[in-house]
Amino acid sequence: MAASKSDVLQGTLDLLVLKTLDSMGPMHGFGIAMRIQQLSQDLLQLNQGTLYPALLRLEQRGWVVSKWGVSENNRKAKFYSLTRSGRKQLEEEAEDWARMSAMINRMLRTS
Amino acid sequence: MRELFRTLLDRLAALFRRRRLEDDLAEELRSHLEMAVELNLGRGMSAEEARREALRSFGGVEQTKELYRDQRGLPMIETTLQDLRFGLRMLGRSPGFSLLAILCLTLGIGANAAVFSWVEGILFRPYPAVTHQEQLLAVTGTARGENGPTLISWPDLLDFERSCTLIDSFIVNKIMGTTLSIGDRAEVTTGSIVSANYFDAIGVHPILGRGFEPGEDVGRNAHAVTVISYQLWKGRFKGDPQIIGKTQRLNGVLHTIVGVAPEGFYGTFVGWAMQFWVPASMEENFEGGAYKLEDRGARWIESYVRLKPGVTREQAQQEISAAAKRLEADYPDTNRGRGVQLWPLWQTPFNNAGTLLPTLEIMLAVVVFVLLIACANVGNLLLVRSFARRHEMTVRLAIGAARGRLLRQLFTEGLLLSAFGAAGGLLVAYWCRHALVLLFPARGGVAMHLPGEIDWRVLALSAGVCLVATLLLGLVPALQTRNLDLAGALKSDSAAVVGGGGRAWIRSGLVVMQVSLSFILLVGAGLLLESLQKIRNTSPGFSTHEVLDTAVNLVSAGYDAQRAQSFQDELLDRVKALPGVESAAFGRMTPLGYGSFSSTLIAVDGYQPPPEEQSTVEYNEVGPDYLATMGIPLVSGREFTRADDEKAALAAVVNETMAAEYWRGRNPIGARVQVKGRWMQVVGVAKDSKYQSVREAPKPFFYVPLRQNFSRGAGLYIRTPLSPETIATALSREVHALDPDLALFEVITLQEQLDRSTSPQLVAVTLVSVLGGLALLLSAIGLYGVMSYAVSQGTRELGLRMALGANASNLLRLVMSRGLGLTGGGVVLGAAGALALTRLLGNLLYEVSPRDTAAFGSACVVMIVTAAAACLLPAWRATHTDPARALRD
Repeated sequence: MAASKSDVLQGTLDLLVLKTLDSMGPMHGFGIAMRIQQLSQDLLQLNQGTLYPALLRLEQRGWVVSKWGVSENNRKAKFYSLTRSGRKQLEEEAEDWARMSAMINRMLRTS
Repeated sequence: MRELFRTLLDRLAALFRRRRLEDDLAEELRSHLEMAVELNLGRGMSAEEARREALRSFGGVEQTKELYRDQRGLPMIETTLQDLRFGLRMLGRSPGFSLLAILCLTLGIGANAAVFSWVEGILFRPYPAVTHQEQLLAVTGTARGENGPTLISWPDLLDFERSCTLIDSFIVNKIMGTTLSIGDRAEVTTGSIVSANYFDAIGVHPILGRGFEPGEDVGRNAHAVTVISYQLWKGRFKGDPQIIGKTQRLNGVLHTIVGVAPEGFYGTFVGWAMQFWVPASMEENFEGGAYKLEDRGARWIESYVRLKPGVTREQAQQEISAAAKRLEADYPDTNRGRGVQLWPLWQTPFNNAGTLLPTLEIMLAVVVFVLLIACANVGNLLLVRSFARRHEMTVRLAIGAARGRLLRQLFTEGLLLSAFGAAGGLLVAYWCRHALVLLFPARGGVAMHLPGEIDWRVLALSAGVCLVATLLLGLVPALQTRNLDLAGALKSDSAAVVGGGGRAWIRSGLVVMQVSLSFILLVGAGLLLESLQKIRNTSPGFSTHEVLDTAVNLVSAGYDAQRAQSFQDELLDRVKALPGVESAAFGRMTPLGYGSFSSTLIAVDGYQPPPEEQSTVEYNEVGPDYLATMGIPLVSGREFTRADDEKAALAAVVNETMAAEYWRGRNPIGARVQVKGRWMQVVGVAKDSKYQSVREAPKPFFYVPLRQNFSRGAGLYIRTPLSPETIATALSREVHALDPDLALFEVITLQEQLDRSTSPQLVAVTLVSVLGGLALLLSAIGLYGVMSYAVSQGTRELGLRMALGANASNLLRLVMSRGLGLTGGGVVLGAAGALALTRLLGNLLYEVSPRDTAAFGSACVVMIVTAAAACLLPAWRATHTDPARALRD
C-alpha cells in the first residue's frame, strides 16, 4: 500500500516539475523547489531533497536534459530544461490529470 | 518501452562513471544548500539559523544521496560488485585455504576441460579447416558374415555417386605412407590418395597453385600430380615461391607439384597429419597390388560423404542402402551380401576416432568423478572455515543483515573460488590439449597428430562445469547458515572425536563419497591394467622375441620389379651370413601393422559357400623361410622355398582355420584353391596366428609365395638374439654395400610391433591411472583434513579420556578406527558402484571380467593403506594431547 501511495506522489511531483520547467524555462533544482513551494502557497510540504532523484528519473527517461551553468548570483549550478518528448509527456499527463480530477470531483459531488 | 530501455542504458552507464557522478551530485546539492542559506540570510536570519533552516527544508542530505544512487545505478549489480570485492578480501585473508581450494578446483575443472578439448578436437570437429564438417559422414562397406566394417571399391563408389541425390559429394581419402627423399635427407611421410573433387568438396583452397581437376582421378597412372602440405612446403622445400610446376619423386614416380595446401590443414584422417595428396589415378603406385579403379571386387577405399543441407543421416542411409541393393542384384559375383554404412565423424571406424572413442567415453565419466572429489574437498575446507567464521556471520545477522544476503555473500565466495579454479583449469587444458600424442609411440619416425581443440563449445562446457561446482560448493554454506542461531553461536561447542554431532555428518558424508568414487576409479584402473597385461602377454601365434622387423625402401628408390628381386636375394644372403642371425625372410605385410592385408574371393573344389555369402579370405605374400623366421609352426606339409618361383607351379599355404572351414577335416595338402582366377596347390598348413589385431577371433588366412606375386615393398624379418641396434648397424652396412642411396626403415622387435598395436589400451590405462591417482590423492587430503579437524576439535574429549586412564595406544586406535571406519564405508559404497559401472569398460577389457576379484582386492588394499597413511598424523597428534591443558581450555 505504501508503495502505491508514494507512486502517486512521485507521479504528481514529476508532473509539477515538468510544468514548472515548461512555464519558466531552464532552471536549477533550488529554483524549481522555490517555484513549486511558491505556487502551492506553501501548502505542499516538499522535502526539497526528493526533487533530485525525481529530476534524475526524468532525465533518464529523456524528458529533461541538464547542463552545468552559472546562476543569477554567480553560483555554479546545474540547469534543467524540458525536451520535446518531455513537453509531449507533460501534455499527456496534464490531460490525464484533468480527466482524473474531473472524475473524482464528479464522484465527490454526486454522493 | 523506449524509455525503459533508455533508463536501463543510462543506469548501466552510471556503473562505470561512479566517481564523477558522485562528485557531480555532491556539487549540485552543495550549490542548492548554499543558495538556500543565502536566501535565508537575506530574510534576516543569523548564519547559524540560516544554515539549520536550509538543511531542515532539504530533508537529509545523506538520505537524498542514497535515494539518488538507487535511482542512478543498478543496485543489484552494485551489491554483487560489493560481494565480489568482499569475497576477494576474504580469500586474500586466508591464502593457504584459498590456494588449496583453487588448486583442487583447478585439477577438477582442468581434467574436465582437457577431456572436452580432446573430444571436440578428435571426435566432434576433427577438421577445423574443412567447411561445414557437421555435414560430413564416414562411409564403409559391410559384408554379410563379417563383423567389422569393410572398405569400398572404386566402381561401387562411382555408382553410389550417380544414384544418390541426397548426397552432395563423395570424398575418397585413403591414407598411405612413402619415403620422401629431398636432397640428401630421406624420411617416412604420410600422404593421401584422394578423389579429384577432394579439395573442392571439403572447401579447402590451396594457397599456391590449384587442387585437382576433374578427370585427374581417371586412368592408370595417368596423372602424376601432387598437392603438398604447408608444413612440407615451408620445411622441406624452404617455402620456395616457385614451387608450382617443380617435380618430386614419390614412390619412384616423378610427380608435378600443382598446389600447396593452406596452413592449418592436415588432411582428413584423425591421428596423422598428411604431407601430400595424389589423385586416385596414381593409386597403384602407392597401394601396390594391381590396378584397382576398374575392379569392383577390389575394396580399398576409405571415404566420406557430404550431405546436402537439411538431409539427415537416416535419409541418406536409406538411399545409399537401396543403391547397394541394386548393385547386389546387378553384380552378384562381387557384391553379394555387400552393403554400405554411413557413420557420424566421431564414430569413423577407419581412423583413430574409432579407436579412441571408447577411451574418451570412459574419460568423460572419470573426469566427472574427479570433479566431484575435488568439490567434496573444497566443500570440506569451506565447512571448516564457515565454522571459524560463525562469529562473523552471527555478528552480521545481529546487526541486521538478511539471511538471504548472507547466503549470497557465501555463494559469491564459492563462485570466486570456482572461477579461479576454472581459469586455472583452462590453463591446464590448454597445456594438455595436445597431450594424447605423447601416449602414442611414433611409427616409423612419424609422430601422430591428435590435436585437442579449445573452441567456444569447450569454453561454454567448462563454464557449465564451473557453475555446477559453484552450486555444489554453495550447498555447504547453505546447510550451514540454516541452523545458525544467534544465541547458540556465542557459546563454544566442541565436537566429539567419536560419532561427532551436528555438522560432522556432512563432512563424514563428503569423505565417504570421495573414498567411494576413488575406489571406483582404482577398480577401473586395475581392470584396464590387467587387460593390458593380458593383451601384451597373449601369444599372437608368432615369436615376439628374437625376431626383428624392418624394411628397405626399394619403391621410392625407383627399383623395378626385376632389380628389386635380385636385390632382395642378394641382401637376404648377406643378412643370413651376418654373425648371430639364425634366419631371415621377406614378407609383404607385417602382422598387427596399420595397413590391411589384401583379401580375395576364392574357390575351392567341392566347397559351396553358404547362400548370400562370399568366400573372401585375407592373404599375405611371403618369401622362403617366412614361417620359420616368424616362429609360426607348420602343422603339416612344407613352407615355401626358393624353388617356388615364377617358373614353378603356383603354391599356397593355408592356416588351420581355413583348412577346417574349406576342407572340413580332409587333408588339404595337394588340393587346389582358386585365387583371382588362378589355381594354386596347397603345399602346407600353418598354425593360426593373429593378423590384424591381437583381439581378433581365429580367421581363415593363407600365404602365397612372394616370387609368384611380387611386391617391391616387402618387409624384412630377421631371427636373431642380437639387439635391434646391433642389427640396424650391420644391416645398414650391408644395404649400403649393395646400393649407397637406399633408405632404411627403423629396426624393431615384433614385441614392439605388438605393443604399438595395443596403444589404445595403453592410452586408456595411462589416463585412468593418472586420474585415479589424482582422485586418490585428493581423497587422502580430504580424509586427512577431516581427521585432523576432528582431533583438533575433540581435544577436550581426548584430554578427558586420558585423564580417565586411556593411554596413547587407546587414543591412536580410537582415531584410526574412526578414519578407517569412514574409509570402510566408502569402500563398500564404491564396490557397489564399481560392480554396477565397470561393465561400461566393455570393449577395453580383454579376457578380464568386469567383476575381477584381483582388481577389486588390490583397489581395496590401496585404498585402505592410503587411508591409514592419511589418518596416521592426526592420530599421532591425538596421542600427544596434554590432558591438563585440554581440560583447562
